[in-house]
Amino acid sequence: MGHYLPSTDRQREEMLRALRIQSLEELYRDLPEGLVLSDGPKIPKGQGELGVLRKFSSMAAENRVFSSVFRGAGAYRHYIPAVVSSVVSKESFVTAYTPYQAEISQGVLQAIFEYQTMICALTGLDASNASVYDGATAAAEAVALCRDRKRSRALISAASNPQVIQVVNTYCWAAGYEIELIPERDGVTDLEVLETRLGPDVSCVYLEQLSYFGQMEDAKAASSLTHQAGAKFILGVNPIAAALLPSAAECGADIAVGEGQPLGIPLSFGGPYLGFMAATDALTRKLPGRMVGETVDANGNRAFVLTLQAREQHIRREKASSNICSNQALCATAAATYLAAMGPQGLREVAQQCYQKAHYFAEALATIPGLTLRHKGEFFHEFVTDLPGDAAKLLEALEAQGILGGLPLPDGGILWCVTEVNAREEMDTVVKLAREVCAS
Amino acid sequence: MKLLFEKSIPGRRSYYLAPCDVPEYTLPAPMQRQEALDLPELSETDVSRHYSALERLSFGVNQGFYPLGSCTMKYNPKINEKLAALSGFTEIHPLQPEHTVQGALRVLYEAERSLCEVTGMDAMTFQPAAGAHGELTGLMLIKRYHEARGDTPRRKIIVPDSAHGTNPATVSMCGMEVVNLSSGADGCVDLEALRQAVGPDTAGFMLTNPNTLGIFDPNIMRITEIVHEAGGLCYYDGANLNAVVGVVRPGDMGFDCVHLNLHKTFSTPHGGGGPGSGAVGCKARLEAYLPAPRVVMSEEGKLSLQQDCPESIGKVRSFYGNFLVVLRAFAYLTTLGQDGLPEVAKNAVLNANYLMKRLSERFTIVNQGFCMHEFVITMEREAKEKHVTAMDMAKALLDCGMHPPTMYFPLIVKEALMVEPTETEGKETLDEAAEIFLSLYDRAMAEPETMHEYPKETVIGRPDEVRAARHPNLRYRKAES
Repeated sequence: MGHYLPSTDRQREEMLRALRIQSLEELYRDLPEGLVLSDGPKIPKGQGELGVLRKFSSMAAENRVFSSVFRGAGAYRHYIPAVVSSVVSKESFVTAYTPYQAEISQGVLQAIFEYQTMICALTGLDASNASVYDGATAAAEAVALCRDRKRSRALISAASNPQVIQVVNTYCWAAGYEIELIPERDGVTDLEVLETRLGPDVSCVYLEQLSYFGQMEDAKAASSLTHQAGAKFILGVNPIAAALLPSAAECGADIAVGEGQPLGIPLSFGGPYLGFMAATDALTRKLPGRMVGETVDANGNRAFVLTLQAREQHIRREKASSNICSNQALCATAAATYLAAMGPQGLREVAQQCYQKAHYFAEALATIPGLTLRHKGEFFHEFVTDLPGDAAKLLEALEAQGILGGLPLPDGGILWCVTEVNAREEMDTVVKLAREVCAS
Repeated sequence: MKLLFEKSIPGRRSYYLAPCDVPEYTLPAPMQRQEALDLPELSETDVSRHYSALERLSFGVNQGFYPLGSCTMKYNPKINEKLAALSGFTEIHPLQPEHTVQGALRVLYEAERSLCEVTGMDAMTFQPAAGAHGELTGLMLIKRYHEARGDTPRRKIIVPDSAHGTNPATVSMCGMEVVNLSSGADGCVDLEALRQAVGPDTAGFMLTNPNTLGIFDPNIMRITEIVHEAGGLCYYDGANLNAVVGVVRPGDMGFDCVHLNLHKTFSTPHGGGGPGSGAVGCKARLEAYLPAPRVVMSEEGKLSLQQDCPESIGKVRSFYGNFLVVLRAFAYLTTLGQDGLPEVAKNAVLNANYLMKRLSERFTIVNQGFCMHEFVITMEREAKEKHVTAMDMAKALLDCGMHPPTMYFPLIVKEALMVEPTETEGKETLDEAAEIFLSLYDRAMAEPETMHEYPKETVIGRPDEVRAARHPNLRYRKAES
C-alpha cells in the first residue's frame, strides 16, 4: 500500500502510550457495534505511486488529443503562455486554503484583489467577487440575486448556451423561482418577443454576448428594454471577445457573468473552470461568494482582507442568499496571470485573430456548393453551417485526419469555433475535406 | 507590495501569438468596444517576479503545520499534480466524441465505483464543484424524491446548531425551511429533541458525523431510524469524513445521501480556496434524480455518457464537474487502496488525540474522552479573566511558523479554537506545536496585555476589518492625476 504517514511505528507507540491505549482501533471504541469495517472498504489494495503512475498514464493514453480543434460551445482552446502554468504551480498558492488569516495570506489576497480589478476592467462594472464555480453557476447565482418579493420571474434567452440554461433551470426549480425562455431568432434573442414578455413581475433578463451560435446580440437594445420594465439586465460575457466588443457596462448590464476558462485555463475535459461575476455599485452587497477588499493594518499600511463577510453563510446561515463559500482561487489566479501576461494589446490581438480567422474560415466554407452559413448576423469566433448531407460523415472524415471538427447540433447543423491557435493550413485542410464530403 | 497595476508601464508588453496568417477582417467600428481596457502593461519578467513575490507572502501546507479545524489541511501528494498535468487529460475537449475520451470516462466511472464502496452508496455524481455545491445537489435530490412521490408537504430540513453555516444556507437556496435543532449537553444530537422535531413535514435531516466538535455521535443508528420512521431522508455532510474514512461508511449508518469534500479527505490541494470538488453519493432510491449525464458502461466495456435521465434534477454545473480534481482524488485513492485508506483515518484520529492530550495540560478542551480527527479548545475563561481571546491566541501563533486553528467555530462554543492536525504530520511536529501552544498559554497568563500585540513578525499587522467592510474597496483605482 502507499501512504503519506510520517510517524514511525515507534512514534505511534509513544503516542498510544501517552493516551493509555494499546491499539489505534481503541480510538473507535465508542462507535456503535457492527459499524466498523473489519478490513477496509472493498476496493483494490493500494498500488503505491508507481502503480498509480502506470494506471493513469494508460488511461491518459486512451484519450485522443487532437492537434487541430474547431470545437468550442462553452470550452475554448486558446494559447496559454507558459508563465501561467508556472505561476499556478507555485506551492504556497496550490496548498493554501481560503485566506482567513490575512497576516500570512497577503499573497493570495492580493492576487485575488488584482483578479477582481481585472474582471472590473473587462466588464466595465464596479465590483467583482473572487469567482464562483463556473460560468453556468455564475449565471444561476446572478438570476437568484435579482429576485425580490415583487419580482419573481426571470427571462432567459433561448440563444444562451444550453448548459447554462439547464443549470439556471435547476437552481430556479429548487428555489421556486419562475423562469421563462425567450425564443431565439436568427441565432440571437428575439427582442420583439422579449418586449412582450417583460412586465412588473420580471426580476431580470439573461442573455449572452455572444450567443451560443456565436452571433452578436444587440445587447444595448435588450438592456434598454429590460430597464424600461424595471428589471435587471444580466449579460453573459465571453471574456476574450470582451476585448473587442462593447463592455458589459457599455451595454448597460447590471451584472456580468461568464465562463473564465478561455483566460489561461486548459480544456481539461470540462474542469476545473472559473465563473466570473461582476456588478454595479448598487448590487455589490448582493453579490454571492468571497470578496477581497483593501484596508490598512494596525500601522496604517495597506492590507488586503476577505471582506463583506456579513453577507455570507457562515454568519447569516439560513438568511444568506447563497451557500457558496469557496471560490476557484487558483483558476482566478490563472486568469489574472493570463491577463497580466497578455496585457490590453495582447488580449485585443487574441480577440482580433479569433475574429479574423473565424471569418476567413466561414467565408472559405461558404464557397462549398450546398454548404451554407445559417445566420446572417455579425459573429465573433463561432458560427453554424448547414450541409447538404450528413454532418457525422464530415466530422468522421475530419477525425480520421486528426481534426476535431465543430460540434454537431441536434438539428443537423455544425457549430464551428476558430481561435488564434488554428493555423490557416488547418482551416484549408478542413475546407478541402468538407468540399470532398459535400461532393460525394 | 506594489500591485500589478502600479508596476504597469504604458507600451510595455510581451508577444505570444504567431503573426496573423489570414487576410484582415475588421469588425465595424460602431460595434467595437469604446471603453479603454485597463489591464496592466507588463513584461513577462514583471509578471513572473510579481507572483514569485506574492508566493512568499502566502502560507500553504507546504510552508508548515496547518491545523485549521474542519478544513483537513493534509499534505497534497505531488504525484497527483503530475498525473493531472498529463496532456491526455488537460488537452481534451469536454464535448469530444465518446470513443476519443474513454480514459477520461474511465477515471469518472472507476472513481464513482470506488467512492461508492468507501461511502456505502450506490451511485455518485461529480458535477458539484465544492462541498456547499454538493450540499445543494444532495438536498435537491431529497426535494425531488418527495416531489416524485407526491409527498409535497415535506419541506422542512432539520439541522443541528453545531452544523456548518452552509447547511442552513443550502436549505434556503433549495426553497425549504430550516428547523434548528439544539445539541445536547454532550454536543451530540438530543434524541428527544429530534423526536419532537420530526413529523409529516420533515423532508430530511442533515448531519456532520463526526460533528464539528470532533465527536462521533454514539446514537447515530437511532438518529437515522427516527428520521426514516418519520418519512424523512438522512443527509451526510462529509466535511469530517477524514476521521472515519475506510473505517465506517455513512451508508451503513443509515444515510441516504452524502457529499464528499474531495479536497479534504482525498488530498486534493485547496488552491487558496478552490477548486475543490463536492461529489455527491446516494442510495439506489435517489439515483434516478442525479444530474445528467451519467457515465455508464456497456456489456462490451465501452463507456458512454447517458444524457437521457428524465427524472433527473437537471444539471448543477456545466460538463462533468471539476474533472482534474476528481482525477487527483482517484489517484490518491488508488495509491492508498483498501489497506492504506483506513490508516489515514486512524492516524488522523491518533494525531488529534495526542495533540489534544498535550494541550489539555493547560487549555480547556471541550471534548470529553477521545475525540475524532479534531478537537475544540475554549478560551472563554481566559477571555473573561485575562482578556486573552481565541483571536489573540491565533494571532500569536502566526509568529510561530504555523497556521492557527479555526477560530470562533463551532458557534455553540464560546471563544473556540478548533484544531485538526491531520494524519500527514509526524509526532515531532505535534510535539513542537504543543510546546508553542503551551508556552503561549503561559505568556498569556503571566503577561496577558502583551497578547494583543501579535503578530509582530508578519508582513502586515492585524488588519482593520471594520474599515474594509464599512468602506468597501474591492478593486484598484488609478490615482486621480
